[in-house]
This record gives sequence, structure tokens and C-alpha cells, in this order.
Amino acid sequence: MILSLDIEDLTCIRGQRVLFRGLRFTVAAGLLLCVEGPNGVGKTSLLRLIAGFLRPASGTIRLKTDSGDIVDTEERGKFIGWLSHQDAVKPQMTVREQLDFAARLYGCDCASDAAMESFGILGLADLPGQYLSAGQKRRLALARLKLCARPLWLLDEPLAALDTAGKKLVADTVAMHCASGGIVVASTHEAIGLECETLRLAR
Amino acid sequence: MTPFLALLSRDIRLAVRAGGGAALALAFFACVVTLVPLGVGADLRLLTRIAGGVLWVAAVLAALLSLDRLFQADFEDGSLDLIALSPLPLEVTAFAKIAAHWLATGLPLTALSALLAVLFDLPPTAIGALVLSLIVGTPAVSSIGAVGAALTLSIRRGGLILPLIVLPLLAPVVIFGSGAVLGVLDGLSSGALYLLAAFSLASVVLSPVAAAASVRLNLGG
Amino acid sequence: MAGIFELANPKRFMDFSARFLPWLGVAAGACLLAGLLLGFSTPPDYQQGDTVRIMFLHVPAAWTAMMAYGLMAFASAIGLINRHPLADVAARTAAPLGAVFTALGLITGSLWGKPMWGAWWVWDGRLTSFLLLLLLYLGYIALGSAIEDETRSARACAILAIVGAVNLPIIEFSVDWWTTLHQGDSILRKGGPSISPVFLWPLFLMGLGYTLLFANLWIIRIRTEILNRRVRTLMLSGGV
Repeated sequence: MILSLDIEDLTCIRGQRVLFRGLRFTVAAGLLLCVEGPNGVGKTSLLRLIAGFLRPASGTIRLKTDSGDIVDTEERGKFIGWLSHQDAVKPQMTVREQLDFAARLYGCDCASDAAMESFGILGLADLPGQYLSAGQKRRLALARLKLCARPLWLLDEPLAALDTAGKKLVADTVAMHCASGGIVVASTHEAIGLECETLRLAR
Repeated sequence: MTPFLALLSRDIRLAVRAGGGAALALAFFACVVTLVPLGVGADLRLLTRIAGGVLWVAAVLAALLSLDRLFQADFEDGSLDLIALSPLPLEVTAFAKIAAHWLATGLPLTALSALLAVLFDLPPTAIGALVLSLIVGTPAVSSIGAVGAALTLSIRRGGLILPLIVLPLLAPVVIFGSGAVLGVLDGLSSGALYLLAAFSLASVVLSPVAAAASVRLNLGG
Repeated sequence: MAGIFELANPKRFMDFSARFLPWLGVAAGACLLAGLLLGFSTPPDYQQGDTVRIMFLHVPAAWTAMMAYGLMAFASAIGLINRHPLADVAARTAAPLGAVFTALGLITGSLWGKPMWGAWWVWDGRLTSFLLLLLLYLGYIALGSAIEDETRSARACAILAIVGAVNLPIIEFSVDWWTTLHQGDSILRKGGPSISPVFLWPLFLMGLGYTLLFANLWIIRIRTEILNRRVRTLMLSGGV
């Protein structure tokens, strides 16, 4: 059970540029944090820092759980569900195969059918990924996110290339996750349509 | 199914299904091997002599063909991010991908080599040595190749840089592998297979560490 | 070692090397001159005649090329562990120099061998290992120029240099083994003619001279690269 995500004094340097310095905030369980800002300001970098793909130049990222604080990057990675605008959909694998793979890789129950059902793609179960539309791929990615049951969600531009129905689906999924005690940090250009804390990054 | 097996079977499945995967490597192997006699003449004694070397070099080149996509494919569509967040340590992930490449490409190449060796009039004992050397040596090719693949995964046109980096490092494999065949042809026991096995073992154990370090490096991009 | 890490601060390095460099150049020149003079005053070899003198150009080049790779791998390791930006610069700049010395070694080796062997190239153990070393250098340089992001490029090259350094003894061993397996047409004495004492002093001086020359060129290249980076940083922040 995670309690909160604490960012302390975080500094990010990419290339030779300092993207942000001394950033600090806390997101408690059950809350959504929307990260806003112009392109190139460091939204994706912030998410990748939290995920552990990037190392901060200085500062700490602390995940508070009921069994202690987690500061180690590899450990933290096991609590994270990641969704980026790249949907990670393999053209040659069917929808069901991809969800089954994700469930097995993450060591979760293989409840692919239920996941596909909730995201309206059960009918596409045996279709290879190359035939899916952008919206359908995003649904697959969301189903996978839900399936893998990780408490801290990091979403990079989750609304990109979606129609109204798709955006509503994202909002509903995020709301449900927060309601069950998860934390969601999303970088986005447009409002998700939910109550959220906002972090605005500027140059 | 454990996470490791899940990744292994998924990678094998992708290698077999993706256009230009394992089947392409086999076809390429056959093409190169066919080209050599066209280049050096049909003198069977000469061909028998060079068979071990030709088959080994062609097998290495064919294996390198599918290596550049080993990490790059997952990197480009965002799958590598997801795999990196799984419970598997990155070193184990790298090992799974190496194993998948060997099973999907290295082993089939080895099997085909037995057939192609007939084109060079290799005696059965030599064919046996060839196949054995390939079984023992192709894991090293997949391993060291994987390090190159991880280093070049972010380079769009990295296809040609990968062989340049990896081929000199594979010199020992080619030397010992073809040496094993030559040893049988000359009736000498040269210990080539043991040396090859030692090198292969070391490569398989150490390469995942270097490959994982390279993947980590590129994920932070 | 603490001294080296203090120098690793770019500004300190620039100041220190600025004072140091002219003396290094003089020392290199002096050694090379002395080595060449001594070398040409040695008596001609009874077998090879005057061409034995090419040894004074070839052998030190070979030593320097190998040493350069070792230094490159060492700097790479420090760069990866300590993340010193200067270590990355040092490793990257050593590569083209090492490649040139390797090429020099190959060419002089070929020139030396032609009168002896009758061919411009033979696949003897030393030359073959050397050729593979050149390919390792070229791979390193290619990887470095292909990756656009500077930090990533340096780290990737560092990993490659270390992998290459670990592999290099194995490559040499396997090439050695390979020459014993294939009995070539010509009988080659490994390592060339046995070195008689009269050759030792010129060889040592030339070796020292080459090393100092390498150090000289290396430091110049590191300084140039540091200055280049400063210019780029200034341009990026709109200063220039």
C-alpha cells in the first residue's frame, strides 16, 4: 500500500541544460497530479526521473509505503505503471497475446479477458496489433496498465491522439485508480477533466 | 509461467513472425555460402579446405543480420520502458533476449550448416565437428552481438555500425570454430572446441552485464 | 591518485597543461631525435641490411598503439565510475590518436616485412592482431560519431572500450593459436629479428619519444575539446 510520492529538491540536467532545479512536491495516495507546461520544459524528463530511467543531478525521489520508505530506483520501479504516447503495441502479436505477456512478465493474474472487456476491446482479442487504430491501441495500453496492478501510474500525454470517447475512458480509468488508493502523475497539454493538483513547469 | 520464460517465448515468437526474422537469416546464410564457390572456383579440394571458415563467417554474418533489432524494436515502440519496469533485473532481461536470439537464429543456422557442408564435400566427421563448434560458438555470437545491439539501439542507421563493432570481438570465435573443423580434417586434436567453449561460456555470463549497462544508458535518453 | 582527480577539474587541467605542454614537446622532440640518430648509427643487420632500421619506427608505434588502447579503457572506466567529464573527453580524444599510431605500425610493419617476406602483407600473428586492434579503434570512433547525445555517446564508447580491452588479450591469444594451426608457406620468425643489445638504447629512446609525442598530442586534443565545449555552451546560452 503506497502512501505518497515525495519529490525533494530534484534537479534535472539534460545535455548541457538545466531543465529544473530544486523541485519539490508531494502527491498523497488517491490523488492525481497534472504536470503542465510548454514543450521541452521537462515534463517527460520528470516522469522518466520518477520512473527511474533518468538519474537526477541531485535530490531524492521517495515513495512512502506502509512498510517503509523506498528511495532505491530499482525498487521503486516495481511500483510503477507506465503509459506513454508510444503505445508499446507489437504489430505481430494479437491483443490477447500482448496482455497475457504483460501479465506474466509483471507476475500478475492473467485476467486479460476481464481487462479487454472493461476497455471495450474484447472483440479485437485475436487481431494482430498492426490492424488497430490509434484509439484502439491506447485502449490496449490502458487495459495493460490496469491489468498489471501497479499503484503509482506515470502517464505521459495520455490524451494524445484520442477522440472524445477515448478521453473520457482515460479520465474514468484514472478516477477509478485514484479512488482505490493509487497515485497518478500525468503530463498533459489539456485538462483530463478530473479534480487534480497541478504542477506547472516553466522555463 | 515465470517472467523470464514469458519474455523468452515472446521474443522467440516475434523473431519467427516478424518479416525479416529468423527465416531471412537462413536464406542469407545459404546465399553467401553459395556465392563463395562462385568466387573461388569449383575445386573440391580447395573448397573442403576452406569450408569450415566459410561456413563460420557466413553464419556469423547471418546471425548479425537480426541482431540490430534485438533491443531497438522494443526501444522504438516503448516496450523497452515497460520491460525495464518489470520484476526482472535488466541483466536477466538481456540474457532472455540473447537466449531467444540463439534459439530462433543460432540453432537454425547450425542445423542448416550441416546441410550446406555437403556442398563443400566435408567428410562426416568434419561435419560433426562443424555442427558441434557452431552449437558451442553461436551463443557467443548472440551474446557479444547483443552487447553491440544494446550500444547501438538508439542509432537509426545503426545497422552497419553493429557489425563493425562486433566482428573484431568475434575473431576468437571464428578462429576456434573453424579451427575445430580444420583439426578434424588434418587429423590433429587441437583443443579448439575446449577453447571455444571457454570463450562462449565467458561471453554468455559477462555479456548480459555489459548489455544491461548499455540499455540503462540508452533508456535515460 | 588524489592529484589526478584535482587535475580533473577542467580549469585546473587547462592551467596545469598550459605550463607543462611546451616542456613535453621539447622532451618528445629530444628523445625522437636522439633515438633516430642512435638508430642510424647502429651497424646494419647481417640478414636484413639497412632495412632493420625501420624497426625503430615500427616497434615503438606498436607499443604506443597498445598503450593508447589501455589508457582509453582506463579513462573510460573512470568516466563510468566517477562520472568525471574530463575522463570522457580523455577517452574519446585518445581514440583517433591510437588509430593513427596503429595504422603507422601496420604501414611500417609492412614496409619492414617486404624485403624479408617478399610480400607487402603476411598474416603473421603480430600484424594480424594489430589489424584487429585498428578495427577496434575504428568501431569505437564510429560508435562515438553515430550517437548524437554527447553524454550517451561518451558512456556507450566507454562500455565498448572496456569490452574491447577485456577481449583484446583473448583476441591476441586466439590469433597466436591460429598462426600455429595454419602452417603458412613462409617461415616467419615471430617478433622479427632477435634484438641485440646495440639496438636496445635507440629502441628505448624511440619508445620514450613516441610515448611523449602521444602524450603531447593527447593533451593538445583534450585542451581543444574543452575549449570547443566551452564555445558550444556559450553559444547555447546565447552568449556568443
